[in-house]
Amino acid sequence: MMKRISLLTSDTQMMTVSIWREEENDGRFEDYQVPARENQTVLDVVAYVQQHIDPTLSYRFACRVGMCGSCAMMVNGAPRWTCRTHVSKVVSNDRLEVGPLRNLPVIKDLATDMDPFFEKWVAAEAVFHPSATRDDPMAAITPDDPMRIAASEAIECINCAVCYAACDVVENNPDYFGPAALNRAWSLVNDSRDAGQDARLAAVGSNGGCHNCHSQQGCVQYCPNELNPTLSIAGLKRETTKAMFRWSR
Amino acid sequence: MLDIRLYMAQRLSALIMVPLVIGHIAVMIYAVQGGLTVNEILGRTQGSFAWFLFYGSFVVAVSVHGAIGLRVISFEWLGLKGRSLTILSWMVFAGLLGLGARAVFAVTLAGGGL
Repeated sequence: MMKRISLLTSDTQMMTVSIWREEENDGRFEDYQVPARENQTVLDVVAYVQQHIDPTLSYRFACRVGMCGSCAMMVNGAPRWTCRTHVSKVVSNDRLEVGPLRNLPVIKDLATDMDPFFEKWVAAEAVFHPSATRDDPMAAITPDDPMRIAASEAIECINCAVCYAACDVVENNPDYFGPAALNRAWSLVNDSRDAGQDARLAAVGSNGGCHNCHSQQGCVQYCPNELNPTLSIAGLKRETTKAMFRWSR
Repeated sequence: MLDIRLYMAQRLSALIMVPLVIGHIAVMIYAVQGGLTVNEILGRTQGSFAWFLFYGSFVVAVSVHGAIGLRVISFEWLGLKGRSLTILSWMVFAGLLGLGARAVFAVTLAGGGL
């Protein structure tokens, strides 16, 4: 309590933040009064609540600079990377509502269980299959190689699951791998060093695969790194179609 | 839920429907210009193998396309899955095919079919 008083002066403007509190499937939003600073991120606000008001608040973060993909949460109903989201940009009617990522089970408060998200990466064969050993020479891939360019467009994913939370197909179809896993699979389809293409195309053409995408582009709308998973998924649809005709010959 | 086989079946059936829908609308507009009566239209279509193929393939494509589309909606919005989803999909397919085939037979078979 002493610490809190030392941070605030009598003329500090305050704002209300609603934060989802959940334990053992019992959840509700709770309001907290936090300083309305001119320049602060949503993660700053969450950290303030945890450090000065309620130390039992659970949330996840690591790098604080938009690289690690740990801190994504629902902010006023939209999935955001909270460390790079300024409160002033998303506050609506002086209200800020912070909840756990959509489409993932909650462990506690703002911390979601990411297992289903990453299990689907594996199911989509979004993992590298080496075609060479460390004794082989380095693969020579030029920057202007068309496959390299296609891979580059998809490669800056930080695994934050914002797209997964934004996707209505994920919400309605629990089998669907989701935009992030399929985007990663597409970057590997364009990796000429990869030796697992047939298995990958079979995986992304299976029940939970790319053909479930309705191209609504929620992923494109909210991806904090401005990637286009819908485009990657369209690429997978194209390649699986080609592969189907190849395999049937 | 929607694997590549169902996806391709839906895309290919759409591919078949596109020229048939355009052809159907064009013929409808053409047919009413001169004030053709029902009997005059049926006089041209009944006994015509070409019109049987035209509307027959249209009905088959619609049945496949519609059944897969409704299968997706039933799964995502109604939560149907497994056997009940399969049964519903086949019922929609059979229903559309049956109703469509009845109409095609009536319009293209010599003597009016049914």
